[in-house]
Amino acid sequence: MICPFAIEICLAVAGVVLLALDAFADKLNRMVVPVLAIAATTVALVTLLTACCGACAEVPVWLAPHFTLDSLAMFYKTFALVTTLVVLILAVISDKVLAHFTSSEGVKTRIGEFYALPLIICAGMMWMASAKDLLTVFVPLELVTVSFYVLVAYTRRSALSLEAGVKYLILGALSTGILVYGIAWIYGVTGSLSFEGIAIALKQPDANAAPLLFGAALLLAGLGFKVAAAPFQIWVPDVYQGAPTPVAAYLSVGSKAAGFVVLTRVVQAFTVEGSIIAEPVLHALLVAAALTIVLGSLPAIFQTNVKRLFAYSSISHAGFLLLALACGSSARFGLDAAGVVAFYLATYLPMTLLGFLILCTLRAQGVGEDLKSLTGLARRNPGMAFALTVALASMAGLPLTAGFMGKLLVFVAAVDGGHYGVVAVAIVGAAAGFYYYFKPILAVYSAGEPDAAKLTWPLLSRVTAIVLMLGILVLGVYPRALQKVLEPVAAAVVQSK
Amino acid sequence: MSLLEIIILIPLLAAALIGAGLPAKLISRGAALLNLVVLLVVLSQHAAGVNLAHSVRILDNPSISFAVGADGLSLTLALLTCLVLLAAVWQIIDKPAIYHVASLLIAGGALGAFLSTDLFFIYGFHELALIPTLLMIAVHGHGDATNRRAIAWKITVYLGAGSLVLLAGLAALVLNFSGSNGLTFDLNALMETAKTAPLAADTQAWLFFVLLVGFGTLVSLFPFHSWAAPAYAAAPTPVAMLHSGVLKKFGLYGLIKIALPLLPLGAKAEWVQQALLIMLVGNIIVIGLVTIHQNRLDTMLGNSSVMHMGYIFLGIAAGSPVALNGAVLLMFAHGISIALAFALCGKMRNQLGTLEFSKLGGLAANAPFLTVMFAFATFSSIGLPGLANFAGEVMVFVGAFNLNLNAGLKPIHWATILALWGVVISAVYMLRAYRSLFFGKAAEGHFISDPVGSQRLPLLLLTAVLLVVGCRPTLITDLLTFAAK
Repeated sequence: MICPFAIEICLAVAGVVLLALDAFADKLNRMVVPVLAIAATTVALVTLLTACCGACAEVPVWLAPHFTLDSLAMFYKTFALVTTLVVLILAVISDKVLAHFTSSEGVKTRIGEFYALPLIICAGMMWMASAKDLLTVFVPLELVTVSFYVLVAYTRRSALSLEAGVKYLILGALSTGILVYGIAWIYGVTGSLSFEGIAIALKQPDANAAPLLFGAALLLAGLGFKVAAAPFQIWVPDVYQGAPTPVAAYLSVGSKAAGFVVLTRVVQAFTVEGSIIAEPVLHALLVAAALTIVLGSLPAIFQTNVKRLFAYSSISHAGFLLLALACGSSARFGLDAAGVVAFYLATYLPMTLLGFLILCTLRAQGVGEDLKSLTGLARRNPGMAFALTVALASMAGLPLTAGFMGKLLVFVAAVDGGHYGVVAVAIVGAAAGFYYYFKPILAVYSAGEPDAAKLTWPLLSRVTAIVLMLGILVLGVYPRALQKVLEPVAAAVVQSK
Repeated sequence: MSLLEIIILIPLLAAALIGAGLPAKLISRGAALLNLVVLLVVLSQHAAGVNLAHSVRILDNPSISFAVGADGLSLTLALLTCLVLLAAVWQIIDKPAIYHVASLLIAGGALGAFLSTDLFFIYGFHELALIPTLLMIAVHGHGDATNRRAIAWKITVYLGAGSLVLLAGLAALVLNFSGSNGLTFDLNALMETAKTAPLAADTQAWLFFVLLVGFGTLVSLFPFHSWAAPAYAAAPTPVAMLHSGVLKKFGLYGLIKIALPLLPLGAKAEWVQQALLIMLVGNIIVIGLVTIHQNRLDTMLGNSSVMHMGYIFLGIAAGSPVALNGAVLLMFAHGISIALAFALCGKMRNQLGTLEFSKLGGLAANAPFLTVMFAFATFSSIGLPGLANFAGEVMVFVGAFNLNLNAGLKPIHWATILALWGVVISAVYMLRAYRSLFFGKAAEGHFISDPVGSQRLPLLLLTAVLLVVGCRPTLITDLLTFAAK
């Protein structure tokens, strides 16, 4: 039997060791650190999926109040590891670009930190997935956020990256402050930090709702920053555009998922049967969902930079996720809110990472990130054009892709819950999506300059893209495979209520 | 695996193979031919009473299955798809592989939509077919780039909005007809519930209207039609053939296959009837007059294709077995004849460089074969006896006009009378076009020659179908099973 948090600890240690290796072993080949990082993540993933499922399901008594290994946690741990693995591959593909923006003239700096920090972030996200109380949430959350401060500003010779770093630092610190303040209020009123304890306190009919609501609002606002929910989404476009592309991908997938697992557990505690603040919290979520979809979709229409486009798209997806979270469960529907959110994130992972993967691959060959430079990509490399089309079509929610399945489940859950107003907003958002996701597709297939050089598609990028495309197609055509995995998530949550 | 699934997969697989770099012409022609053969096998099995339905569950609760099944209606449209696909890929010469891929994808999507019996896949396959259509018009269409872009966006917005309205309507069907055992997208299960627990007549009317607007936009029902003519004029030839001939029929198919049986009272509600009649008369008369005023062959054909949808809607509005049989026969016939017309139009555009009537004339002298083929397309489109459209139009008119005739002339009878005038209108513009293109004084500088060798085959195939079905319409109508209620 392995210790339940062994994987997190090993990953964090591996991250520190790689940092030290990069700092002190001067003669090391520059590809050693990335290869070791990818190997460590792969081993962790395999261990989690094989050895850990049954063997360490039992959490020791002293840890049990703070740490859980329910299926929700297992799903998000797997999610964090897969995301980290792909992000590391993105980093390897972008290695030259990163090196260019970090070295001074004529000096070739090594960028080992860029590969070591994601391991530490991954350990933090995995711990967040298991956290059962607010303090256990907060510490790994800070581990993740602080590491991201470094990564966002990593390409230090790019002004945009520095600007993004400063923005992310200031707003991140602000949101952390708000979050801690909220935690303090909740603790002050309920006398408990654990989700179970909070849920019990909320069920007391004589409890005073006002301070609880204030604390809950602060908590949700703090988490809203992390998942890019409106009105706390303002930082997203600038940070995504400025940050190195692999980091933008990591923020948009990994960070969002980690935020949503915490949000799922917090909302479950707040809206537990008989809770005195259930209704206002759900209303706030619905309003935030509608606002997020609008503020994500409408500005996206006018974007000409693909990374910015992805940023707004990431905001709009956060809106759909919030909608799913606010819908609750229904007898007519197989998955509950936690299940739908997890499902949506699982569809979101392959399409978003595929989009960023193609961007990284293009950037490594000197193709810019604005829509214009995508023109004629189909002639320069039909394979990559096709992969980007699949990713964008899935993000737009075209039937028979993963994206459609995710949106369909959210819509069904929302209609079933009777939230017609928000559904109408969501439909408008989805319709706008058809426009802004199709702009790059059209650019890709338009005739560009006839003499533009062909592009190569490196093997690593190609293999990863094929795996991600398969993920998109399988989830779009045979979602039952994932549904079977997620049913225990739903079941576990129901039990814990 | 059922043969129906194989029919859907063959074109999609062929498209993937061409994408992987295999020779486009060989694969696409082979796949189209193979598909036609498999479909003929399916037709013979269907005639022998073999049940070809098959289903694979892909999601529980809401339950969604990849379910295929065949009735006469879906098989008729599948046959139409296979025939037009064969003709469409056969007539592609000297074009990049993407032409073949797009044609196969459009046909594969259409076949999937026609043969699935699960609302999720019916909708999904249709969308799958729309994407290559839009891309081909935007990227490889005719006309100058900005104009083409504008047209591509116009149809994207129109068809996207139509699809969303449709999606809302389908979602309402799923929510209303799922029964108590959780949500299901299975059409057969929904129909069971619709029989045992029908909705109130008011709700049915509203829902039917939503579906009519959704499906109608996809079929260019007046006044949601304005995307169609410029799109067909700009579309590359195989795309114009497949979309106007096949994919557009999806909206009509959905109305007959989904909306009519699930919402029988909705279709009969008075205000829905009247709205539909006004719209379809708009299609026939207004668009008919617009068509007369076209001065180019491609926009004329595009408008005429919009106009002819009016007759099919008349059959749906009448709803009697004869009228519905006629409507489906007309869908088939129109699909073949418009595909033939667009194939000829494409040949002429390639050689002549212009399609304006005023600049052309006397083409018959050098191209007797094209002249004859065009005559068949023209006569069939007008509805001359002996060609497929005739039987369909007659059945629609008789079916619609006979409806409760004893009780005096109702709106539907007036609509039928107006629709009959439409035949005259289409005779005017079709014959005028025929005369000004092929006869009269030969225009300077525009030379055309007949296609040679195997390039004649696709045209001959479509013409033969028009003749055979025109002489033996029972070949199609015997497949159909609209019983008198």
